[in-house]
Amino acid sequence: MTERISFQLNGREAVVDADPEMPLLYALRGDLGLDNPHFGCGLAQCGACTVHLNGEATRSCVTPVAAAKGAKVTTLAGLGSEKHPHPLQAAYVEEQVPQCGYCINGWMMTAAALLKSNPHPTDAQIREGLSGLKCRCGTHMAILRAVKRAAAMA
Amino acid sequence: MTSTDILRQDLSRRGILKGTGVLVVSFAVPAHLAAAATAVAGPKPLDPTQLDSYLAIHRDGSATVFFGKIDGGQGTDVGIAQIVAEELDLPADRVTVVMDDTTRVINQGGASGSFGITWGGKPMRNAACEARQFLLGLAAQKLKAPIEKLTVSNGVVSVAGAPGKTVSYGQLIGGKFFNVAMKWNGKIGNDLNVETTAQAKKPADYKVVGTSPRRRDVAAKVFAQPTYVTDVRVPGMVHARVIRPPAAGAEPTAIDESSVAGIKGVRIVHKDGFLAVVADKEWDAIRAARDLKVTWSQSPAAFPEQEKLYDHIRDAAVRKRTVEKETPGFEAAIAGAAQTVSAEYEWPFQSHASMGSGCAVVQIKDGTATVWTGTQKPHYARDGVAALLGLPVENVQAIWRIGPGSYGRNDAGDTVIEAAFLAQQIGRPVRLQGMRPEGIAWDPKGPASIHRATAGLDGDGKIVAYKFESKGFSRLEIDSNESDIAYSIAGQQWGVPLKPIEAFAVPDESYQIPNRLMAWETIAPLLDRASPLRTSHLRDPVGPQIHFASESFIDELAHAANADAVEFRLRHLTGRDAAAVKAAADKFGWESRVSGSAGNADADVVTGRGIAYSKRALTIVAVVAEVEVDRRSGKVRAKRFAVAHDCGCIINPGLLRNTIEGNIVQGTSRSLLEEVRFDRQSVTSVDWETYPILDITDAPEKIDIVLLDHPEIAPTGAGEPSTRPVAAAIANAIFDATGVRLRQAPFTPDRMKAALTGRA
Ligand code: FES
Ligand code: FES
Repeated sequence: MTERISFQLNGREAVVDADPEMPLLYALRGDLGLDNPHFGCGLAQCGACTVHLNGEATRSCVTPVAAAKGAKVTTLAGLGSEKHPHPLQAAYVEEQVPQCGYCINGWMMTAAALLKSNPHPTDAQIREGLSGLKCRCGTHMAILRAVKRAAAMA
Repeated sequence: MTSTDILRQDLSRRGILKGTGVLVVSFAVPAHLAAAATAVAGPKPLDPTQLDSYLAIHRDGSATVFFGKIDGGQGTDVGIAQIVAEELDLPADRVTVVMDDTTRVINQGGASGSFGITWGGKPMRNAACEARQFLLGLAAQKLKAPIEKLTVSNGVVSVAGAPGKTVSYGQLIGGKFFNVAMKWNGKIGNDLNVETTAQAKKPADYKVVGTSPRRRDVAAKVFAQPTYVTDVRVPGMVHARVIRPPAAGAEPTAIDESSVAGIKGVRIVHKDGFLAVVADKEWDAIRAARDLKVTWSQSPAAFPEQEKLYDHIRDAAVRKRTVEKETPGFEAAIAGAAQTVSAEYEWPFQSHASMGSGCAVVQIKDGTATVWTGTQKPHYARDGVAALLGLPVENVQAIWRIGPGSYGRNDAGDTVIEAAFLAQQIGRPVRLQGMRPEGIAWDPKGPASIHRATAGLDGDGKIVAYKFESKGFSRLEIDSNESDIAYSIAGQQWGVPLKPIEAFAVPDESYQIPNRLMAWETIAPLLDRASPLRTSHLRDPVGPQIHFASESFIDELAHAANADAVEFRLRHLTGRDAAAVKAAADKFGWESRVSGSAGNADADVVTGRGIAYSKRALTIVAVVAEVEVDRRSGKVRAKRFAVAHDCGCIINPGLLRNTIEGNIVQGTSRSLLEEVRFDRQSVTSVDWETYPILDITDAPEKIDIVLLDHPEIAPTGAGEPSTRPVAAAIANAIFDATGVRLRQAPFTPDRMKAALTGRA
């Protein structure tokens, strides 16, 4: 059974008629036509689908769309723009981090939330905070440099 | 020929061009490709003998090159832009690289063997040289000056000593075809080349090659613009999911359609062993694939027990044996050696385990098909789809959009064939994406293998005879491209017989050893159809396993000779090989001593360092690893690396560094953790829990990289070579730390602990 669910998506009102059990990921990519986040595993194991739900890094592949009702949802596209980049986005470009880049939502959205709660994390805190995310291309070293760079910019 | 002639010809060509039906697609072109979309297209049909097929100059004087390979995120396209910009005397950012569409670029083999720059760059450079020569000819007429007097800067031709006398590339030919024939070597794919009589620039004059312009795709990825094959949307498109059998080789015998009756608009497509569901909404397709009740046929227990995998390989009949190198005096030299050493090493099946499983979108319309694919080899995907659909190749267009990782022939190559079949059956455009198991359990695997080495040392501790033999599954049970459906899961499920290509390799190094026997043997695939343990190319095909063994063995020889591992290697190396080994050791701060003698045997956590060196084609890499081994848990942490990398002329040092880092981290993951698990009937590594890869908490603290640049030596490739020595460097460091030699990968805590206990 479908239900009408509305929430704020990247600062705008969004409405979907969907099975409330459907993961938020498919509402974002399918019903709302976003190109981010990505489907990586559907099992909360990789992070490719990460969005902010009321500011918290959340894996949208296992989060029912009903959980977004009335919430603030931010995706990578809502983090910043080329004109007004989030420090992490600027740092990611500076460090030329991604290879395929399919993992990027996980790292950037998780790191953004991390920097919000801890603007100047140590190397160990960054690693701990990003633990569990996957990057198959092995860009971990560049990711660490970028997060440190972003922290230094803030 | 005057420029008026060119213009006239150009116009008549354009007249012809108008008549060709161009498929209009309805999704946004990624920003970094948008410029290319408005560029002049090469003449149709693409003719490899025409300069225009490779290069165009626009009215504003910028250039577009049409490159028949792809870039998976290492910056190959930027390197190509630099090479072309160098020869044209343009800044790199004024050269656009088109590499995304089989109707616009000639097949140069797709991504293949780290040859993007090495081979792929050759015709691009030659085309640029030819274009420059032609443009200078036009400029000489226009400026009424001899060619020798002309200089070019930023695409503007000037006459030496006559300031103000200038003409730009844009004015000379902008927007028009060159109509210049080039001598083509008659090859398509990796080997394609065109010759030019024009001189390439001397390395001493390089201005663009050797600098580090940035990637063109990074901003699009960072700012979430549509980039991936997964982002392609076509009007009327439906979503599909395949359903793989629970036991390898099983086929559906009964399908209970009522089990998904509650899901809107589901259609089931079934042909022999192939089964898929299609729905308007992606979530409905996923649910239907999950809920559909299927009865499967019995299938044989095709796989050995996992613990007996290496026994299976040892005992299996040899399908093909190839002796790559044999010196006649080998047996005598071994017999006469002062000391002989033998060892055997084992390497498991590994998965591409791309970040996301494969995805493809296929639209069939009026006898033509358009395919959006993330495969590394879009031209071959086009050929495979054409064969499947019974269409002439020219009626199929494959458009490459980067996939969620690739590293060789991953599951994207199966997906594209399946999506085409489904689009044909359903009569609507189909987007097919794999769920997690499709990319880990069901991708073609890097082959499992064993490696036996024997060597003789003389009284001075030098190797006098060396035998190295590998035995394993072929690296090409599945060919590395999709042109033949015999190499796809669906094709095999439809009963197309297997066509394994027997292929392996031997160690690639330049040790000076007088007597050698270097050979490999392949064995039969485990199952006659659609096996989740079928094998194909995985980054640096068979390189990691072979060099894990060969470079571990060289370390064992050093130990037997009571020699330091670096010094021992240097006894047998000269020139650039020796320089790379020294550079890595120096960068690391290597202390000379016999490995395993660190004297930290009693501590709970012990550290050690190890070196490995290898070549890939002509690229030389030496890696020093520092590891920490927790003797209580068995956990190995690769803490620090020093890498020396010599790939001849370096095009872009900045992007090369990132590429090497990726190889080292992925190589570390494969060395420490990665092993495809299976039972007698199926692969049980299905996700990141059952196929773990390196976590960022275990990523190295530091990777120091020394780039050894040789501008005078043609570039020899960097996409994969630094993957291959990683496992041995780590294994050798583990030996140094613990005195225990691990001869089976990966070096998991369990394996490490067992080895430590075995020694106690
Ligand atoms: S796709 Fe959501 S965590 Fe992997
Ligand atoms: S950049 Fe490819 S998975 Fe992270």
